[in-house]
Amino acid sequence: MNSERSTIIRKKDLSLWERMYIPEIVKGMKLTIRQMFAPTFTTQYPDERFQPPASFRGRPVLVEENGVERCVACGLCSRVCPALAIEVQAGETELGKERYPEKFEINMIRCIFCGFCEEVCPEEAIIMSQEYELAFTKPQDALFGKDKLVVPIEKVQTRLNFLRANR
Amino acid sequence: MPTVKITIDGTQIEADNKRTIIEVAREHGIKIPHFCWHPKLSVSGNCRMCLVEIEKMPKLAIACSTQVADGMVVHTKNERVVHARNAVMEFLLINHPLDCPICDEAGECKLQDYTYKYSTGYSRFDEDKVHKPKRIQLGPHVMFDAERCILCSRCVRFCDEIAGVHQLQFIQRGDHTELTTFPGEKLDNPYSMNVVDICPVGALTNADFRFKARVWEMSFTDTICQGCARGCNIEVGVRNNETLRLTPRRNDDVNGYWMCDHGRLDTFKFVNAENRIKAPMIRKDGVLVEVGWDEAIARVASELKSFKKSEVAALGSPFATNEDNHIFQRFVKEVLGTKNVDFVRHIVEGDEDNILLRSDKTPNSIGAAEVGVAPVEGGMSFDAIIEGIHEGKIKALYALEDDVAAVPGVAEVLPKLEFFAVHAANENSTTRYADVVLAAATFAEKNGTMVNFQRRVQRLRPAVTTLELDRAMDGFEMSRWDKFAAHNDKWGKGPRRDARASWKIVASIAAAMGTKFKYNSADEVFNEIAQRVESFKGLSYLKVGKKGAPLKAKAMAPVHA
Repeated sequence: MNSERSTIIRKKDLSLWERMYIPEIVKGMKLTIRQMFAPTFTTQYPDERFQPPASFRGRPVLVEENGVERCVACGLCSRVCPALAIEVQAGETELGKERYPEKFEINMIRCIFCGFCEEVCPEEAIIMSQEYELAFTKPQDALFGKDKLVVPIEKVQTRLNFLRANR
Repeated sequence: MPTVKITIDGTQIEADNKRTIIEVAREHGIKIPHFCWHPKLSVSGNCRMCLVEIEKMPKLAIACSTQVADGMVVHTKNERVVHARNAVMEFLLINHPLDCPICDEAGECKLQDYTYKYSTGYSRFDEDKVHKPKRIQLGPHVMFDAERCILCSRCVRFCDEIAGVHQLQFIQRGDHTELTTFPGEKLDNPYSMNVVDICPVGALTNADFRFKARVWEMSFTDTICQGCARGCNIEVGVRNNETLRLTPRRNDDVNGYWMCDHGRLDTFKFVNAENRIKAPMIRKDGVLVEVGWDEAIARVASELKSFKKSEVAALGSPFATNEDNHIFQRFVKEVLGTKNVDFVRHIVEGDEDNILLRSDKTPNSIGAAEVGVAPVEGGMSFDAIIEGIHEGKIKALYALEDDVAAVPGVAEVLPKLEFFAVHAANENSTTRYADVVLAAATFAEKNGTMVNFQRRVQRLRPAVTTLELDRAMDGFEMSRWDKFAAHNDKWGKGPRRDARASWKIVASIAAAMGTKFKYNSADEVFNEIAQRVESFKGLSYLKVGKKGAPLKAKAMAPVHA
């Protein structure tokens, strides 16, 4: 019925040059051999590791300063998180900040690395680190508590500098 | 009542000339921002937030203390007013700390809301803010942060005018002004925590709820306080299926804007308590063992059947709903056929005041009596039942949720019973004597109605889920977490108990004994009450609504407010 609409794009018959094959194979081999000696882009993971730029959004971490986390458990990261990955329970501390996270849990299966938590944080306490190695064998392992989340400020200084510069 | 005609924002309004602009505007849905004005407190006029322009007046005037007059033309949204509000907000924020991340008021803070609505969004103030003491315990239940205070004096006026005790006052002058208690005094009146609700900022916060949850993480369900016969209208704050906070809900016929500290602190913690009865239990070899519902119900049915009608007694409960008590008394009279049915009254004579507290410490004693939990002619009353157990005339007792054994003289006779089944939400002195404990849903886990001391029927709504209920399917209020938590998320769920509303348990026992009570929901039970009980005639859940509805008055029962 619709024979008029369908048009044949490929010619049925190959030309003589094409039917000879050999020259085309030689052309292909030339490219292959040239590539063998060209400089490589592959990173030999895990022997070599990719060092992401400061703008990279790796797993979120809590900044620890002078031995305590900056976080005051305001719950804004938890509220803004579009994937509902963050659970915070506040507690009272003797320190001047009055409030600290008794429990801070990020479900890394839910986390989508959007960085909203970092953006909303009034204390610059949760930031996106450069860590990207996140593999779990069990769903329970993906629940990162304070033990895994809190990192000393020295380790995340590049990201903090980046955030300051781009505020 | 001389009426005057005024114009607010182009709307012509007729009003009583004794009223102020802010009151008249509010009644007609025109919102004038305010901090220090409160409908139930005297006018103070110190926050200057309610400035409005009145034509032919040289300056802006505060709406909260300006009485309406004939021909008055008021503007609440024009440029001059908006400019003045911006200035007021800027001044208020000069010394207000940026504490929102650690402040419990955040999310329900008037200052926060008005900053978004009525302020310019930036500050020209570069100097150091005034520093004042933080984290002060003003009283047993109230925390105070002097820096956050905007000196509106609502709390001072509340104590003076509503609670009737002079405990709070301002000291110092200018921006060093500070709220404090009188020397040697504490903010410890029985209504002290209402200052937390009326505080427009986070200066006064709830010490019990301190840092437990952010307000936006909770769901709020309209229900009724269980502390006494007043039946204050309240909201229950629930997060992760745990009740965390009670706050009063406005009902001018019952409690106004207030509730007492006892109601606020002591009437919800048992819902999450460790000693909750998590499933029905049967005593085996002297120990209560958790069993399935079928087994527990079959056991109660077979035991109750094995006694003579005159040997069985039943106790309803003033803590249970009308629905529970109605099905219970029908079961007792129609299925068990015993005449010995009553309930215990918990009246502490003299422990009442003329604000809210009542001497009757149960939320539904009038309702229980009204639906018919009373001895049938020739039957035994509560005292007679206890005497009967003592004499061995009563051998089996079936009771709704009430700690009967805590009544003096009862615990001694309970071991004489051959069979004792009780509904209970928590382990208490009564469950120690019980052969079967039926896990009852608490007030926060069921639908129902209760009748307060004014003979006003009010609704309970479920806020916490049990195993048989589901937040989404059963029409619960839901927080964001409740809405979006997936089935395999551990949060947003919280502990759920295998408890059931007492009327459902009683109906199952009746079915096991061969009589079918056919109800699918609490409102069907209520409709039956409305048909059968004269004083409930014409009522339905719809008519009771959020604010309650009065029962038909009896000639004998005096209604006093």
